[in-house]
Amino acid sequence: MTTLTDPPKGAFRPSMLLYDSRYRSLTLQAIAAIVLGLCFLYLYSNVAANLRAAGLNISYDFLGNTAGYDINQTLIDYSSQSSNWRAAVVGILNTLLVAFLACVTATIFGVLAGVLRLSPNWLVRKLMAFYVEIFRNIPVLIWIIIIFTIMTAVLPAPSAFRGENPDSTMLFDLAAFTNRGVYIPGPYFTRGFGAEGNGALNWLLVIAVLLGSLFGTRAVTASANAKQAATGLRPNTLWVNLGIWFVPIIVVLFALGLTWDYPALKGFNFQGGLKVGGPLIALWFALSIYTGAFIAENVRAGIQAVSKGQTEAAAALGLRPRRVMGLVVLPQALRVIIPPLISQYLNITKNSSLAIAVGYADITATLGGITLNQTGRAIECVLLLMLFYLTISLLISAFMNVYNNNMKLKER
Amino acid sequence: MSDTHAESIRFVRETTLPQAEPPVAERGIYKWGRENLFATPANGLLTLVSLYVIYLVLSGVLPWLLNGVWNASSLSECREILAGETGGCFAVLVDRWSQLFFGFKYPSDQYWRPTLAFALFFVAVAPVLFFDLPRKMLAFTAVFPFLAYWLIWGGPVLVPVFAFVGVVVGYLVYARLVTQSFAGGFFGGVAAAAVTWFIGGYLVEWTSGPTSMLEAVPSRDLGGYMLNFMLGVTCVSLSVPIGIALALGRQSSMPFIKWVSVVFIEFIRGVPLITLLFVASVMLAYFFPPESTVDLFLRVVIMITMFSSAYIAEVIRGGLAALPKGQYEAADSLGLDYAQAMRLIILPQALKISIPGIVNIAVGLFKDTTLVSVISMFDLVGMIRGPILASTDWNGVYWELLGFAALLFFVVCYGISQYSQWLERRLATDHR
Repeated sequence: MTTLTDPPKGAFRPSMLLYDSRYRSLTLQAIAAIVLGLCFLYLYSNVAANLRAAGLNISYDFLGNTAGYDINQTLIDYSSQSSNWRAAVVGILNTLLVAFLACVTATIFGVLAGVLRLSPNWLVRKLMAFYVEIFRNIPVLIWIIIIFTIMTAVLPAPSAFRGENPDSTMLFDLAAFTNRGVYIPGPYFTRGFGAEGNGALNWLLVIAVLLGSLFGTRAVTASANAKQAATGLRPNTLWVNLGIWFVPIIVVLFALGLTWDYPALKGFNFQGGLKVGGPLIALWFALSIYTGAFIAENVRAGIQAVSKGQTEAAAALGLRPRRVMGLVVLPQALRVIIPPLISQYLNITKNSSLAIAVGYADITATLGGITLNQTGRAIECVLLLMLFYLTISLLISAFMNVYNNNMKLKER
Repeated sequence: MSDTHAESIRFVRETTLPQAEPPVAERGIYKWGRENLFATPANGLLTLVSLYVIYLVLSGVLPWLLNGVWNASSLSECREILAGETGGCFAVLVDRWSQLFFGFKYPSDQYWRPTLAFALFFVAVAPVLFFDLPRKMLAFTAVFPFLAYWLIWGGPVLVPVFAFVGVVVGYLVYARLVTQSFAGGFFGGVAAAAVTWFIGGYLVEWTSGPTSMLEAVPSRDLGGYMLNFMLGVTCVSLSVPIGIALALGRQSSMPFIKWVSVVFIEFIRGVPLITLLFVASVMLAYFFPPESTVDLFLRVVIMITMFSSAYIAEVIRGGLAALPKGQYEAADSLGLDYAQAMRLIILPQALKISIPGIVNIAVGLFKDTTLVSVISMFDLVGMIRGPILASTDWNGVYWELLGFAALLFFVVCYGISQYSQWLERRLATDHR
């Protein structure tokens, strides 16, 4: 703490290592480094001895071997003959899928509940407080299990949909909620690039078109802003924007021949359509409502952090309550909300590892579960698992920090 | 009133009217309802929707709750008693009460031991939580960890006694040496405690015989809510001091120390608790000497403590950063060294600021103790999912069990958060 402005002259003595503040910190760090090094050496020698005793060595060869197990929900082609590495990639994609879905819905739930907690309506306020307290104070694992139980034990079996007077019916003949998963109509293309007309290239094209529309509308808005700044008149951009959004995508979808594949009861189960498995829904919904409760508190704190004078000033300008919220309060509150929101997204990604409790095949369940148990490669699997989550965490926080920097108050 | 205007004013009231009640629409429940429930049409709609939601939830839950069966020995017997009506089968809770709390392997004639430890826990923790209580009770708090260990695990009484003696000796040496320098006191205390434990270990081995007063219970026989509670309490109390050390390390001016703390904290915070529990269950055994067998409970405690100390370190770092620079400068100008400044001036204030954050971490950690069920330890959730739901008697009783588990966690977590809010009000020494 203390810094000497006029260091005493004199020859170096060993006691100065401890009593001279110039050298003391170096001494302490050296001691710490040696202790830490010894600890690592000790741990390493233990690991080496244990591995030798077990006849193992650290090797990642098992990743190339045949996995030999099936995965019920995959985004890319996978069979039990695929390699362990392929299984891990399937798991990674599944983790990313559920994390992305849960982030989106949790934000929606959280913002809704957070804003409604400040509603002038007493009943709604109390109801939302109830929601937040209930969901925050009960472990997410219990929520996942409860929703998974609803999915498997309460929803009817596919056989209940059969017969003249079935016990259950499909929703609008489009979606079926069964204990084996939810079946919804799935889109596919009759024409296009892929071999069977349903290749990933078609979807890439669709996404590219949507991205193009996004940039198009942003350009239109920017030019409208420039015109308003120059002339004071704002050109009407609604119809242009709607056109940019809808015309190209409709043309592309029509050109590719978009058709819907409806689920239908054939044999013992539903065939066709998209199957969203019970584990995915349980995990997705549970993570959303659980984290939504936390986000609601962040949103409420953010809104309350905006000085009341801002609301009053906006009202004095004659803005209506909805515009006060949208134009004055929320943009300022976002600055307070975004940093904790980033950690909530991180939490969702990390909590998605609870998939292993309901049998959703995410990276923890494939690489850290079945592959680990089959090959016995505990150290390698757990290290890869940690590496994956570390990378994801760092990426999410880096990405959101860029966004945060864009949103933050621009000062001189 | 002058006479000149007497004819120009027809009527002048000479008495004050008594205060009248506001009109019906402007008072009592009408006014409250209009302002709070039906202020605008949209608001009214929201109210109606909320009422409908409440009706839906209550109509589903109330008959199930009120019509519950509390006395039966299996689910089929429950169904017979209910005879097709809606109702919960709460008999499972009565039947498996002890399993839910103690696990299925803990010897049933020894249930009084964890129960007594649980009761004493409140006595021990009371002076820490409520500082109006006499300070002398803290002596019991110091004894409690060793007493609780002995009560729950049993075995030779000399083990906890020597552990406690070691701590006492360490503290006495520390108190003796700390007047000269903090570092001397700290390391002297640690060394003295280690020497005492070393000697104690030999004494225990030497005297070991079949004369243990309490039957020894191995860690793998622990289970149920007791396991959640023990993991939560142990890990939180261990991780607060480690978290403080890490936070100070991260704020340190020594680059090596700082770098080590940053890497540790960011690494732990970047991975989910599940992977750390995997480390505990499948990997940590490799890090111990080949001949040693460290039981799973201890391994899990190590990993969870590491996990929560990284989070607590970040909270405390926030508290340290929130202190005005003047406090650090004031400590310097008084001529205090680093240890004194931290102990007497910086940390008490920083910890006070960090209380809400630490409590959040504690609540989160307590909820996360359910994750040990994933690595097949039979905590509350593990008991429900494993032995109870798998038994032929109770296969299919989901809501009663899961609802009970949810209720237990809710009560504890909500209680802790309410306590934290009380503590914040109590500690508010700044006058705003």
